[in-house]
Amino acid sequence: MPELTRSTAAVLAQRLASGEVSAVELTQAHLDRIADVDGDVHAFLHVDADGALAAARSVDERRAAGEALHPLAGVPIAVKDIVTTKGIPTTAGSRILAGWVPPYDATIVRRLKDAGLVILGKTNMDEFAMGSSTEHSAFGPTHNPWDLERIPGGSGGGSAAAVAAFEAPLAIGTDTGGSIRQPAAVTGSVGVKPTYGGVSRYGLIALASSLDQAGPCTRSVLDAALLHDVIGGHDPLDSTSIDAPVPAVVQAARQGEVRGIRVGVVRELSGDGYQAGVRSRFDEAVQLLVEAGAEVVEVSCPHFEYALAAYYLILPSEASSNLAKFDAMRYGLRVAPPGVETPTAEQVMAATRDAGFGDEVKRRIILGTYALSAGYYDAYYGQAQKVRTLIARDFAAAFEQADVLISPTTPTTAFRLGEKLDDPLAMYLNDIATIPANLAGVPGMSLPAGLAAEDGLPVGVQLLAPAMADDRLYRVGAVLESLLEQRWGGPLLDRAPQLQPSRSVPQEVRS
Amino acid sequence: MTTTTQVGDEVLDYDDVVRDFDPVFGLEVHVELSTATKMFCGCSTVFGADPNTQVCPVCLGLPGALPVVNATAVESAIRIGLALGCSITPWGRFARKNYFYPDMPKNFQTSQYDEPIAVDGHLDVELDDGTTFRVEIERAHMEEDTGKSLHIGGATGRIHGAEYSLVDYNRAGIPLIEIVTKPVRGAGERTPEVARAYVTALRDLVRSLGVSDVRMEQGSMRCDANLSLRPRATGDQAQDAVPLGTRTETKNVNSLRSVERAVRYEMCRQAARLQAGLPIVQETRHWQEDSGTTTSGRPKSDADDYRYFPEPDLVPVAPDAAWVEQLRGTLPEPPAQRRRRLQSDWGFTDLEMRDLVNAGATELVEATVAAGAAPSAARKWWSGELARVANAEGVELGELAVTPVQVAELASLVASGRINDTLARQVLEGVLAGEGSPQQVVEARGLGIVSDDGALGAAVDRAIEANAAIAQKIRDGKVAAAGALIGAVMKEMRGQADAARVRELVLERLT
Repeated sequence: MPELTRSTAAVLAQRLASGEVSAVELTQAHLDRIADVDGDVHAFLHVDADGALAAARSVDERRAAGEALHPLAGVPIAVKDIVTTKGIPTTAGSRILAGWVPPYDATIVRRLKDAGLVILGKTNMDEFAMGSSTEHSAFGPTHNPWDLERIPGGSGGGSAAAVAAFEAPLAIGTDTGGSIRQPAAVTGSVGVKPTYGGVSRYGLIALASSLDQAGPCTRSVLDAALLHDVIGGHDPLDSTSIDAPVPAVVQAARQGEVRGIRVGVVRELSGDGYQAGVRSRFDEAVQLLVEAGAEVVEVSCPHFEYALAAYYLILPSEASSNLAKFDAMRYGLRVAPPGVETPTAEQVMAATRDAGFGDEVKRRIILGTYALSAGYYDAYYGQAQKVRTLIARDFAAAFEQADVLISPTTPTTAFRLGEKLDDPLAMYLNDIATIPANLAGVPGMSLPAGLAAEDGLPVGVQLLAPAMADDRLYRVGAVLESLLEQRWGGPLLDRAPQLQPSRSVPQEVRS
Repeated sequence: MTTTTQVGDEVLDYDDVVRDFDPVFGLEVHVELSTATKMFCGCSTVFGADPNTQVCPVCLGLPGALPVVNATAVESAIRIGLALGCSITPWGRFARKNYFYPDMPKNFQTSQYDEPIAVDGHLDVELDDGTTFRVEIERAHMEEDTGKSLHIGGATGRIHGAEYSLVDYNRAGIPLIEIVTKPVRGAGERTPEVARAYVTALRDLVRSLGVSDVRMEQGSMRCDANLSLRPRATGDQAQDAVPLGTRTETKNVNSLRSVERAVRYEMCRQAARLQAGLPIVQETRHWQEDSGTTTSGRPKSDADDYRYFPEPDLVPVAPDAAWVEQLRGTLPEPPAQRRRRLQSDWGFTDLEMRDLVNAGATELVEATVAAGAAPSAARKWWSGELARVANAEGVELGELAVTPVQVAELASLVASGRINDTLARQVLEGVLAGEGSPQQVVEARGLGIVSDDGALGAAVDRAIEANAAIAQKIRDGKVAAAGALIGAVMKEMRGQADAARVRELVLERLT
């Protein structure tokens, strides 16, 4: 039943509820798809076939017993490998954690399991979520299903590619500076970064604690809302989680409405530096919203210019501290320093960190250590925090004029694997439009805007809303998605090239 | 010979030190709070459990785990701050203190840095001569304890020379309050005494708040002593116009007596170096209990770079004013004031009162008096026999299996003549052995005093018969010899005779 893997989660939920398909059949279909195509795509680091089938069987039994189940019960999902899963290896894409099996579930994993979703496995990512291409994974890159020679975005390239290659209808991503939205944009899928604090971070291996946020990677706006609703909400284990109900995102996605909505085009997030095909798809999307009754205004966020610089001080600073725990003392890789007969603990720590971390991770640890050093703190970390405040004020001012903001998600379509690997600054610029939302803690969504004329690759459009108003993303996103799909005659992903069964077998990390 | 080696440092005679130098000291005292759970997780804090049995993802620093502040610890910190006369900070963040050490799971300590919970207080400490010295408090802040390293092999139990080390993380995450004095000036020759008296007073204060068991021998109260010397002011120069000398920080000073000895030793050692024209090295020093000396540790400079930055995983602590005032209302009478009141109420001498306080028996005596005992009787039992038993068993008085109510009952049995002191000791032994209340022990063991004339008369007659020579002396007018006959009767009756009545019966028969 190949069509099973092409349905949205919302449709699959109905088919499961009606008994037309069982959770086991659905899970097996996705495991078969993974076996078929993941050798080429390499979206997964670990596939938990046995666990997934057991979970699916349990859902089928409970449904047969007449138990009231969550609408998504039995729907398969892939989880980014930065999220802890009890009993399933979790590496965050790093050699330093190869083979580590967490003894506990992240809160969001707990919530997925409680709702009966079936975890297929763990998806590939840039090491510790540092990157925009998945090329910084210690276990090899993920390939873009639209063109296997191109990057699927990052850091959550695995989750976006899994969804875009129909290996999973849903996936969990995490977004520190765009790691959900940018991969969604370049793979023609939907990705949402919720309001900071809207989804528990307990069990997310921290990159930058004040920026990280988990969210949905899906093929439709409604699916994103359904998943957002499952994982969102207050968690007493995360002090920074917001103690308020999840915004009514599912209702917003089902209703959809743009009439009378003020849509703000951010002047600083367009124009120079944006690929022509990206700009024309973006302009079209804005035009569609106008035609549907939205009021479009131009807003200015003058301090966004400094967002990238501030981000690359705050992120490395927090990361340098968050990654200190990987020291070979309690878990993960342990490397003995060569040529030392009775090494000290400090020598083992140093040798392990040298061997276990990749270049990009080391680069950011060094940056962050420097930025936090006595004598430099005020000039770097302190200044960056001030910029952060200014950016939050820019957002506040913009949201006085507009209900949602709109911009292209990324300046370009997917670039070729290897193209920017040796040019960190060019790589960092990919996140220019997504980073401000993380700095201010506001929610953002990327959804497909079409294909760029010059290269035929997907373009993403980004919606931004005020903190705790995540429902606005879905209300506007659902309308835009529907108007665009009418124009395309179906979902954008239907136009993606058919993947041929891989010649190589899926390459998982073996523990 | 003056040397910088670890042993054999020159010391100057104490009288010479205080003639030529003005000592300035500061104390950092760590108090482990006796909360049920750790600072940032739900693990138990009970002392003495098997290694690594009181741990979880949070206090082990597992990837993905997040801290949550223990509200009881914050409450305790505020109460300590208030008892020290500090201002309570209305909004303060935790900070990360970054450094690598195997017993610190995250390789950063979550602490408070520039926004401590309490600032600017003081503690008036009583010296042996009854005068009071005010010690100014700089700050009290909250932090988490580290794990405990155990170095195996090697002679000293220190890391140097050890074959390997084991780490117990049960202590990791136990809440600590660090109380830091301002530099204490003007104590002159009484500096060691003031240091000791301060720690004593702080211990009593914290104990009175019921927030810690403040046992220095178990490490629940630990002291680091900073000390520097500067030349005595000459001519009409003000002493505070003389710049402070270089200080050392002596760690591991873990008894009241050691505080006094360590400060005194450092004064003598530093003075010898200064006299010899040698510099004081700014460093950490270790107190050696056995030799009564300090030895050089690692160099410490003001430039030690812990790369402090605000802890992004926690929200600021913002105690509201009403809550703080409510906590102020829970503060007990200050220990010194309370001591004076009780001493006066009970009519004890200074020496008696000090013994009582040092034995930690004030509350027990108070409760015993409240249960009806005379203060002198209560004091006698708690600071006499019971203190001896506690000392022999190596436990605190309060841990003995006897309650103040039982001690009051015992005192009342003695006061009413039912038992005498000798019997009372046996009764107490029975109570401690779990045989019941004093009354029950008296009955079960048959320990009541015999004052029945029939039984006593017979015993007296036997004693006169057996000690004819002594009896004759009494008949001859040597009444003092009656003691020997009384002793014989008491011996025959295993101490249970009413000695006064026996005397009367002897004299009736012989005079």
